Amino acid sequence: MDIDLVQNILYASVRNGTPLLLVALGEMVCEKSGVLNLGQEGMMLIGAVIGFMVAVSTGSLGLGILAAICAGALSAALFGFLTLTLLTNQVATGLALTIFGTGLSAFMGTGYIGKTLVGLQPVNIPYLMDIPVIGKAVFAQDLLVYLSVVIFLLIIWLFSRSRYGLVIRAVGENPEAAHAVGLPVLKTRYLAVLFGGGMAGLAGAYLSIAYTPLWSEGMTSGKGWIALALVVFASWKAERIILGAYLFGFASILHLIMQGSGYDLSPNILSMLPYVATIAVLIIMSRKQTMTRWLAPKSLGESYRPQS
Amino acid sequence: MSIRSGEIHAILGENGAGKSTLMKIIYGVIKPDTGQIIWQNKELAIKGPAHARQLGIGMVFQHFSLFESLTVAENIALSLPEENFPSLSELSKKIIAISQQYGMELDPDRHIYSLSVGEQQRVEIVRCLLQNISLLILDEPTSVLTPVEVDNLFKILRLLASQGCSILFISHKLSEVQALCDNATILRAGKITGTCEPKNTTTENIARMMVADDSAISHSYPRAQGKAIVLQVERLNYQASAAFAIPLTDISFEVRAGEIFGIAGVAGNGQAELLKLLTGEFIDHSDAIIYKGKRLGCLPPSERRRQGIATVPEERLGRSAVPGMTLAENNLLTGYTKGLSNRGWLNWQTIRRHTDEILQSCKVKSSGSQAQARSLSGGNLQKFIIGREISQQPDLLICSHPTWGVDIGAANLIRDELIALRDAGKAILVISEDIDELYQMCDRLCAICHGHLSPVGNTDDISINLLGQWMTGEFNAIEAVTELADSHA
Repeated sequence: MDIDLVQNILYASVRNGTPLLLVALGEMVCEKSGVLNLGQEGMMLIGAVIGFMVAVSTGSLGLGILAAICAGALSAALFGFLTLTLLTNQVATGLALTIFGTGLSAFMGTGYIGKTLVGLQPVNIPYLMDIPVIGKAVFAQDLLVYLSVVIFLLIIWLFSRSRYGLVIRAVGENPEAAHAVGLPVLKTRYLAVLFGGGMAGLAGAYLSIAYTPLWSEGMTSGKGWIALALVVFASWKAERIILGAYLFGFASILHLIMQGSGYDLSPNILSMLPYVATIAVLIIMSRKQTMTRWLAPKSLGESYRPQS
Repeated sequence: MSIRSGEIHAILGENGAGKSTLMKIIYGVIKPDTGQIIWQNKELAIKGPAHARQLGIGMVFQHFSLFESLTVAENIALSLPEENFPSLSELSKKIIAISQQYGMELDPDRHIYSLSVGEQQRVEIVRCLLQNISLLILDEPTSVLTPVEVDNLFKILRLLASQGCSILFISHKLSEVQALCDNATILRAGKITGTCEPKNTTTENIARMMVADDSAISHSYPRAQGKAIVLQVERLNYQASAAFAIPLTDISFEVRAGEIFGIAGVAGNGQAELLKLLTGEFIDHSDAIIYKGKRLGCLPPSERRRQGIATVPEERLGRSAVPGMTLAENNLLTGYTKGLSNRGWLNWQTIRRHTDEILQSCKVKSSGSQAQARSLSGGNLQKFIIGREISQQPDLLICSHPTWGVDIGAANLIRDELIALRDAGKAILVISEDIDELYQMCDRLCAICHGHLSPVGNTDDISINLLGQWMTGEFNAIEAVTELADSHA
């Protein structure tokens, strides 16, 4: 295999994995605080359609991305109000949010199907992008890819070095005890949910503005669901999430490579591949059950009713 | 009561005597109705735990408030005020310094879940010490510790006291109080019944202040003589797997038809584990439990029930009854084998009639068989549960704390029902902390302490003092029994 091909595969893997990375990181923070939001797919779609609409009508990609983040956060706020304030069931509410987001985005986007947009362009970092093999994959991406890596590093820092990370983990493990120690349980959970929503919106915008600059119904094709699985199998660890996301990115371009090199395999099996491969690898990684047990936020999915 | 600086003061009393309530008032968790607290020559109203901590009062609760998936340092950091949040590495150094100063080994980077209970307790103590306290309250600190850990804890407490920190030590274990404390205040039913210097007072005298005097055992039932052995336990051993579990060592006893066999003991000495092994919640593979001549072995609880073993666990809501279900449904939970269902089909009419019968015969105050279990008061629910189990006419009834937290009327009714079941020739095993009750009902008695069982004797041959010694693990007081037994013979 020549170096050019490897270079292109790496480049495409990172690009492909980025939306998944964004949603999964958001969901991870959200779950760390003890809230299970199954509405990722819906929030992504809302982010994607709003981002595309704003970008097309204003002509500004930046505004589109910002609008997508706000739309994601807004739909998460609705979820937060229902589950945290009104104490509805998190699983049911999350599913409802996905169904709602799928329908709403399809409805809003009808007039935008077929429209085109000049997508986000790569920002090449001089000299560094010329490093053989990894240069193009790491230093010739667009701004959102760089941003996703920055957010990844920030989250690593948040959970290893800062008090806020500790507070989030404490709230997610035992809200009653956290309340007793004097930590703001509801505020922490609200912020985590809003962050998760904003990240989902951003991931949607990446799809409709950077990756394939257009809008089509259901264009997230299950990435929100994969992200949910990714968070669990990555044992709520950011470094495993990034690995899983890029692995997924690699697996989803694999069929292009295989077709190119003449393997004749059913396209149905090939399109299953990224999902199967990601889950398989992550299951193997999270085999050590005891560790997973202690890493999982203990109060995940449980409503917390504050005592007066 | 008062406590000087540098004094180790014990608060002694049975469960429910009001020890924890008193301490929670001092720590500001509960507000007193009347009375005053004078702290360092100033009268104060303590507004809350945070205020108490500011004053220099620290408390280690019986159940720790730690986050299991966080490390030691992280847990301690969370309880510190936000303004002076130190970096974790700085805090780790402080933790190591303090823990070395008091000879408590503690690694700040370990996760709570990987620590033993004793180590978790150290984390709580260090957390208090970091806040410069002058009064440390420990609520039954030894109830979850192994003997070695208890020794270590005592060393730490003595060192703390020698540096001028006052310690309030809540316990119901006499031997520990005698070993550690300078002074003791004894509580019973919410009142101080005495004070003493434990080191110069005999165990008997303290025990007398703690439990009722002998005269309280006035109302008594005629004793019965057991017949054939129904349940035999032979050298039962159990290795604790969960963090708070107590291992059992060489437990042997038998329960006969037509008698009530009592096991006394302070909670947390292995009663819960023994009960679970007998009912099949925990499975013991060693075949140490023999019921009617057959080894119970790996039989699950449902199968044991089918063979005529009924159980009344300690927790009413959640283990004996499902809070959100009606009484009729709760009746079905254990009664489904006894004619309430027909090949899987439920006969609601029969179930309701049967439930109503229980409600009537046990004088349960409720709105009927359709009332939710959680709507009943503790005493009424317990009457219903006992009635439910008795109505199945079990050959062996195992009850844990049958009258715990139940008013006198209900308690008497429950005891009458149990005696009636005994007189019908059934075997009954009662595990209880209530010594009066055990003396009142049981035909034979023994005590459990640290997972060991004391010798067994006829109730009338065992003095309260002897039982008290057994409950604290002094089993060699056995001579007294054999002598008594001989004299009876």
